[in-house]
Amino acid sequence: MSVDLRSKDELRAEKRKNRTGIFLITPGLLVLALFFALPVVILLAMSLYSKPPGAEVGEFVPGLQFSNYATVLSAYWPELLRSFWFALISTVLALLIGFPMAYLVAVRLREKTLLQGILLVLLIAPFFSSFILRTQAWKQILADEGFVAQTLKFIAILPADGHLTATPFAVVAGLTYNFLPFMVLPIYANLGRLDTRLLEASGDLYASPITSFAKITLPMSAPGVFAGTLLTFIPAAGDYVNSALLGNNRDTTMIGQVIDSRFFKIIDYPGAAALSFVLMVSILILVTIYIRRFGTEELM
Amino acid sequence: MTTLAQHTQSPVTSGADLELSGISKRFASFSAVENLDLLVPAGTFFALLGPSGCGKSTTLRMIAGLEAPSEGSILIGGQDVTALPSHRREVNTVFQSYALFPHLSVLENVAFGLKRKKDKQAIDKARTGLELVELAHLANRKPAQLSGGQQQRVALARALVNRPQVLLLDEPLGALDMKLRRQMQLELKKIQTEVGLTFIHVTHDQEEAMTMADVVAVMNGGRIEQMGPPRELYELPRTAFVANFLGKSNLMRGTVSAVTDGMLSVEVVGRTILLPAERAVQTEGDVVVGVRPEKITIDRNPVDGQNQLTGTVVDVSFTGTTTEYLVDVAQIGLIGTFTQNRGQQPAAEGDTVFLGWEAEHSFGLAGDERVDAGVES
Repeated sequence: MSVDLRSKDELRAEKRKNRTGIFLITPGLLVLALFFALPVVILLAMSLYSKPPGAEVGEFVPGLQFSNYATVLSAYWPELLRSFWFALISTVLALLIGFPMAYLVAVRLREKTLLQGILLVLLIAPFFSSFILRTQAWKQILADEGFVAQTLKFIAILPADGHLTATPFAVVAGLTYNFLPFMVLPIYANLGRLDTRLLEASGDLYASPITSFAKITLPMSAPGVFAGTLLTFIPAAGDYVNSALLGNNRDTTMIGQVIDSRFFKIIDYPGAAALSFVLMVSILILVTIYIRRFGTEELM
Repeated sequence: MTTLAQHTQSPVTSGADLELSGISKRFASFSAVENLDLLVPAGTFFALLGPSGCGKSTTLRMIAGLEAPSEGSILIGGQDVTALPSHRREVNTVFQSYALFPHLSVLENVAFGLKRKKDKQAIDKARTGLELVELAHLANRKPAQLSGGQQQRVALARALVNRPQVLLLDEPLGALDMKLRRQMQLELKKIQTEVGLTFIHVTHDQEEAMTMADVVAVMNGGRIEQMGPPRELYELPRTAFVANFLGKSNLMRGTVSAVTDGMLSVEVVGRTILLPAERAVQTEGDVVVGVRPEKITIDRNPVDGQNQLTGTVVDVSFTGTTTEYLVDVAQIGLIGTFTQNRGQQPAAEGDTVFLGWEAEHSFGLAGDERVDAGVES
């Protein structure tokens, strides 16, 4: 065993430092315990409740009915898979749309602070209005008599009797739009610190602009891309507003919508709780795999 | 230590001539470089020396292709590269900030250029390059884990391994402390001799330029004031800026009063200073006469020397190997000189002293020069 070489005063100072740390972290821990850990435990317990024979709607008794999971999974696995599939597509789209935006604002307009500021405000501006309202607006944009659908019909991309709303396309478009800022902002923050002298150096070392992008800009922005994809994918997978407002049919139902209707329409608390729990655990597993595979030191 | 020369196909001189003709660079509000002509022969260690803002870094960036000249052309090995982007020029730069890629290991940094050129032996050559700068044992570290001096050497290796036709050094030693800087100066010079590349070294440190370079060009206000081997520039400056920026000078205003056997007699407020005509920029009318401090003998008793002045010591400062004196000469002003510390103490503050130097050490500048041009404040 090693002997502690520090003096009593040093040890006391160390203890005081630790105490300060505990003091600072306490409020956060309390909030998390009360509003996260406790609800999760209640959710887990509720997912195992059972319905006694002859009970009224919404009446359940505590129990350990594990078959709840089997029941909801066998009924709703397509919606669960679809949620992840839609979330994946919209994450990829948000990355493809968001990276150039972030790059433009953070790197190309670095010298032009005014323009940079205006674009940043525009980027955040959607947050000033409600999420529901904005999604409702998308419904108008994609409506049959709307400009987009009319144009697509005119150039014969969309058949004359085709629709844009109530299609997977509309839901994915809505998800991509709604979560785009969550993709752009972390990448912007990261690219804002990119030292452009490194790009000069790579050009000086025979790398074409495209190679410089692939070998320097992209790998160096990985932590931003990583954070952006997580911030987009996780809420998108659990989202039900877009699928409800822009989809709302069998081909577009996402798991969030199922949970919503289980909880509030059918009043099947155990089923809804089991689905919520499955969703949470699957996201946790997917994210863990993702972090293991692509995670950077900064996030671990 | 392995020498890079052992590993190269082409012997000694693998660099190329660099020629700048009529280069100008204008920005929105100022002109950084004006009508610059320059010829650097292959294999030369060339220094561009000047104060900050003199256009030396802009010139370097134009050679590297990071900046496009407003006018003029750049030729490397006889080929016009003015329109070529930086990644297509056989030129590599050691940046002042080093600009090492933080996400790549030291070895990957050094191999970067070779890999872009699809060199199959990129990694082997990078290792050899790291051996040259004695950092082979740190090949797998990230740049952030190295000291400033080590990073500097990685940056040097990263540029050298590509065996560019011209290697550019943008104040690469600026961030190092004095001792390390001296050591790196010697190493750089040694490496350059070994690999025989054309080196263009930009610096504001006149001592660095003189120690390392075969040829020094002193730049000021976007133009080259004077160019030549360091000794020639030092011994015979042609402008007040060069006289003051490269070492120190005592400059005095006077008028040529007579010419005898190629020797000018210059009247400097009642005293006559002798100056060989071939060491003067102009041989008649108003001139500025100069002499380097170390050429002057100082003593309380009359001294030897064709040129003589007397004055009062106003400042004595001890620097270790030498003692520096400032002597106030009536109507002329302050004259600086120094002596080696060999036990004697020729003068103290307030003493009246004699100053003397040989005519062959005087140099003459144009009469319209500002005597304080290029004085480092």
